[in-house]
Amino acid sequence: MSAPPIISVRGVTNRFGQQVVHDAVDLDVRPGEVLGIVGGSGSGKSVLLRTMLGLHRPNAGEVRIQDKDITRMSDSELLAVKRNYGVTFQHGALFSSLSVAENIQLPIREYFAASESALEALTELRLRMVGLPVEAGAKLPSQLSGGMVKRAALARALALDPTLLFLDEPTAGLDPISAASFDDLVSYLHRSLKLTVVMITHDLDTLIATCNRVAVLVDRKIVVDTLEAIMNHPHPWIREYFHGPRARAAQTAVDGR
Amino acid sequence: MLLEAKRTDDALVLHLKGAWRIDNIASIEEALRALPQTSEPRVTVHFDQLDYIDLSGAWLLHRWLGQSGGQVELKGDPPQHFDFIEDVLHQQPKESVEPPEGRLSLHEALIWIGRNSVAWLRRIQQTVSYLGRVAVNAVGALGSVHRLRVPSIARHIYETGIQAIPIVSLIAFLISVIVAYLGAQQLQQFGAEIFTVDLVSIAVLREMAPLLTAIIVAGRSGSAFAAEIGVMRLNDEIDALQSMGVNHFEVLVLPRLLGLVVALPLLTVIADAMGLAGGALLSSVLLDISLAQFLPRMQDALAPTTFWAGIVKTPVFALVIALVGTYRGLQVRESSRELGRLTTVAVVQSIFLVIFADAIFAVVFVELDF
Repeated sequence: MSAPPIISVRGVTNRFGQQVVHDAVDLDVRPGEVLGIVGGSGSGKSVLLRTMLGLHRPNAGEVRIQDKDITRMSDSELLAVKRNYGVTFQHGALFSSLSVAENIQLPIREYFAASESALEALTELRLRMVGLPVEAGAKLPSQLSGGMVKRAALARALALDPTLLFLDEPTAGLDPISAASFDDLVSYLHRSLKLTVVMITHDLDTLIATCNRVAVLVDRKIVVDTLEAIMNHPHPWIREYFHGPRARAAQTAVDGR
Repeated sequence: MLLEAKRTDDALVLHLKGAWRIDNIASIEEALRALPQTSEPRVTVHFDQLDYIDLSGAWLLHRWLGQSGGQVELKGDPPQHFDFIEDVLHQQPKESVEPPEGRLSLHEALIWIGRNSVAWLRRIQQTVSYLGRVAVNAVGALGSVHRLRVPSIARHIYETGIQAIPIVSLIAFLISVIVAYLGAQQLQQFGAEIFTVDLVSIAVLREMAPLLTAIIVAGRSGSAFAAEIGVMRLNDEIDALQSMGVNHFEVLVLPRLLGLVVALPLLTVIADAMGLAGGALLSSVLLDISLAQFLPRMQDALAPTTFWAGIVKTPVFALVIALVGTYRGLQVRESSRELGRLTTVAVVQSIFLVIFADAIFAVVFVELDF
């Protein structure tokens, strides 16, 4: 508990025209935890993620990653921070003209002078880590199934040995079996590599299976707590989210496991 | 210095130092490559002087140890990553893919030839059936106002025709100035400058204006057709149309086709006018042939059919451009890379086919004495 937060969001305000998306929100991500971010459509989950990634500059407030304020950084300083985290995007965002292996190698090639054999070795490890066979490296993203695209995207996010991983809707669009197996993968990598994971998800099963704490975006603010505490939160939207008909079904299913 | 190697009687002793992280990957490789290549009966690795090791560093070391073939002994505090790597290596992949195709052999070569021949035949069949479907749909649509999609046709006339007027005018004007200028220089040697008028007016009306306009439109609109339809294909919009029982030939292909068939002849008329204007301007500035001399001379030079010999070709060019553009757009499957490739193919092929059609027209017109 006493360890300083790896990311600390302070007083971040985001506005688009007249519409205020975040009103002075605070959020701490502790090292080694899996933090789930949930919220209704349009509540600004992706904007918050993009703010933490340094892809979007907030109208006010600061975001500190490893105690450096990324909102006031020059591009070159930001680059050094970006090297420490990996990101997967909602639809994979694999480069469609490159094979899976080339996708994984791209960031490594960009930063380091590694030989071809070392690149191949690193690619092989990344593929096996995420449960893909080595032959999948030769495929183009369009030749992969949805679950494999998510895994390949995760392999690319892990290319530079990050300590921090951002996942944007990692299980969206997957069948329940693939989604559960992806949840297992995230938990497994989190445990084995001591990763800190921040994920946006709509999937209650994922939330229950993987997350230590949950941040809920409601009314332009954030409520953060452990899953148990959040589930008993009095806010009507949060109650609806965790105790609505679909949530109950998911809950019973998880309890029954 | 990341590594210190010593040899004792029966073992190779490695002391790891510094930071083994992906940032130093080149140095790590170099250090491992500098180690003796002979297989060792025993390798002892000491981790106590190591500052930091990440997964990539651990993996490269692990691989080298595996390849050294000896019995490995780890001293000090081995990184946890080793356990993780062992764990990963013992896992079966969670997903499977089809194995890649086999190595080249005579058998494979024969299969390749066969596959490609069949693919070629199928492509020809697809093209013919595409033409057929367009024709059938066109016949059906022309019989009913609703199925003709007039607003959509109007939009395409605007986009492919009216918006192209500035660029087509400019190019027609410039090209005819260039032709008149070069022609006048040659004809002056014989004192026959006045024939510049014949040259410009016949060249512009018969060939330059229709051909150039078609080429510009192929570049502008042929690519747009392929890209628009291709993106719709990638977004599953065409499947959505079909699932609603809407005929995508009728709403996507025919309006573009008919719009261009209307727009291209009109654009060509504008190009004709701008070309003649360019010729007249150059003649008056450079050759002292005033407009009052230019017009009667032009009327003498032109046969009644000259204008029509140019215009009659343009609906055919329009058909070629629209058919190729929409056909290639509908062929887009799977990836955005396909989209770029097929858009390029659409432009290149439509320009080629336009010029090819123009050549056929030239031969036919000569034979017909048109």
